[in-house]
Amino acid sequence: MKVSKKVALSLVTVLAFGAFALTGCGGAKTDGASGTTETADAELSGSITVSGSDTMVNLAQAWAEEFGTENPGVMVSVKGGGSGNGIAALINKTTEFANSSRDIKEEEVTQAEAAGVNPVTTVVAKDGVVIIVSSANAVADITEENLGKVYRGEITNWKEIGGADAPIVLLSRDSSSGTYGFMQDEVIGKEGKFAKSTRNLQSTQAIVDEVSKNANSIGYIGLGYENASIKPITVDSVESTVDTVLDGTYALSRPLNMISNGEPTGVAKAYVDWILSPAGQKLVADQGFVPLAK
Amino acid sequence: MTQPSERTASKGRLGLSRAADAVVRRAIAVCGLIAVVVLAAIFGFLLVNAIKAIREVGLWTMIAGTDWYPTTEPPVFGFLPSEVGSLWVTGVALLLAVPLGIAAAVYLSEFAKGRFKEIAKSIVEFMAAVPSVVLGLLGLAYVAPVISRTFNVDSGLTALTAGLVVGVMSLPTIISIAEDALYSVPKELRQGALALGNTDWQTTYKVVVPAASSGIFAASMLGLGRAIGETMVVLMLAGNSGLIPTSSLQAARTMTGTIAQEMGEVVRGGTHYSVLFAMGLVLFAITFAVNLAADVVLERQRKKWRR
Repeated sequence: MKVSKKVALSLVTVLAFGAFALTGCGGAKTDGASGTTETADAELSGSITVSGSDTMVNLAQAWAEEFGTENPGVMVSVKGGGSGNGIAALINKTTEFANSSRDIKEEEVTQAEAAGVNPVTTVVAKDGVVIIVSSANAVADITEENLGKVYRGEITNWKEIGGADAPIVLLSRDSSSGTYGFMQDEVIGKEGKFAKSTRNLQSTQAIVDEVSKNANSIGYIGLGYENASIKPITVDSVESTVDTVLDGTYALSRPLNMISNGEPTGVAKAYVDWILSPAGQKLVADQGFVPLAK
Repeated sequence: MTQPSERTASKGRLGLSRAADAVVRRAIAVCGLIAVVVLAAIFGFLLVNAIKAIREVGLWTMIAGTDWYPTTEPPVFGFLPSEVGSLWVTGVALLLAVPLGIAAAVYLSEFAKGRFKEIAKSIVEFMAAVPSVVLGLLGLAYVAPVISRTFNVDSGLTALTAGLVVGVMSLPTIISIAEDALYSVPKELRQGALALGNTDWQTTYKVVVPAASSGIFAASMLGLGRAIGETMVVLMLAGNSGLIPTSSLQAARTMTGTIAQEMGEVVRGGTHYSVLFAMGLVLFAITFAVNLAADVVLERQRKKWRR
């Protein structure tokens, strides 16, 4: 009896909190509309679900929180799970936006059309892919062509590209990663293959850790992940920075996308517009990615 | 069933308890069936999702294929790197865990005494509760560097590294089940052996261990199941390369690791998606075969002892 009473009590508490939270939100909204004379945004209400890319999940969360603070009537919920999961959710119509760190594949477009979904891609940010080596490694630059040769297994010793006489240990993300797809398409080439000896690690952090410990390794990471224990090398003599990605001189950069069913309308449109506005793009830089413009 | 003496008891009560009996018996039968149904459902689920791959790629092409390039154009889906990788990791794990686990079980059951025994047993059980990701981290920090230094290989992320840590993970399973089996050997056997003039150690290896051999075998098989299904540690430590490893000092990928890594981003319902289910099907078939073999051996052993 005691136990069930406790359960009931906690249930009531949770419900009360829920109700409080809901009415609280509503109240804040009306305050915003009547009291202060803010922009028309303050009248926005509704909910938006975003799911997909793990690369983008922190960024998406930051956007959702900031947008939610500015527009208390709008509830943005963000889920990770991977670009593929996000696009699948879009096709199943269980999400408004799919975050994707890769372009939508033809197979997925076919599936979407069959389900009556018209995928429209909006580029919301950019990401640079940084090539990293151990700080003990003498190599400081690599050409994009040689990078391809290294990852295809055609160059296997550091001395061939100006380093010590030591075998190159190849580190890569796993094939589910958007960054992997980018390397496959842009560096290895669609016809080419990663060398079989390539170690596919399950996270960017794992690559950073291994590179910092292993003097002969080479890896690739996103722009936001650099730290002191590893050495980023230049590609075709161009350093990977926000500026070089932005002006296009750094070769290895990729778009981060939000995919919607048709052109976004209503609250969803306001959300995307806000993301593309300076306020939204500021968060892109805060999260270590590259905003679309400075 | 109806004994005359029971008829003297109140008839109503008897009827009631009989009805309850029947209900409980059926309920238990349903519970037993649920396990079978769930197993069949898992198999069906894997098969339905794998059909596309079997049709488009071919079961044998996948099982015997030597290359795994799921995202190239055209993709190549060969399971051999994962299958051989799983074999290496599991092999290393068992080589470590079975002798060590059985020895520990024999010690705990036959030689350890009193309070120390209790403490040691609870520590073993506690080992089973350590999350695999924590062991993976320990492996990254301590095992991988030692392996790379000791064997002078280019990276510590190898099948051996993963196998050692997976072996440690399957130790608690093996120890506690083998210990149970040894403990349940009747006292009379031990007393008889001792009375014939055997020492403690002779009693243990001549009488107790053989008597418990079926249980010890079951413990090893469950350890094998634990090892082959382990995912997180393998993802973190094995290196996940596309090689078909020819030694435990090479980077390897396993079936569990491949499925876990790639499922997140594949096109739902696409060929790659279906191929991963086919890989799950192969894994399911392997574990099923292992368990079946273990069962057959156990059953034979039981018959032998009954005689």
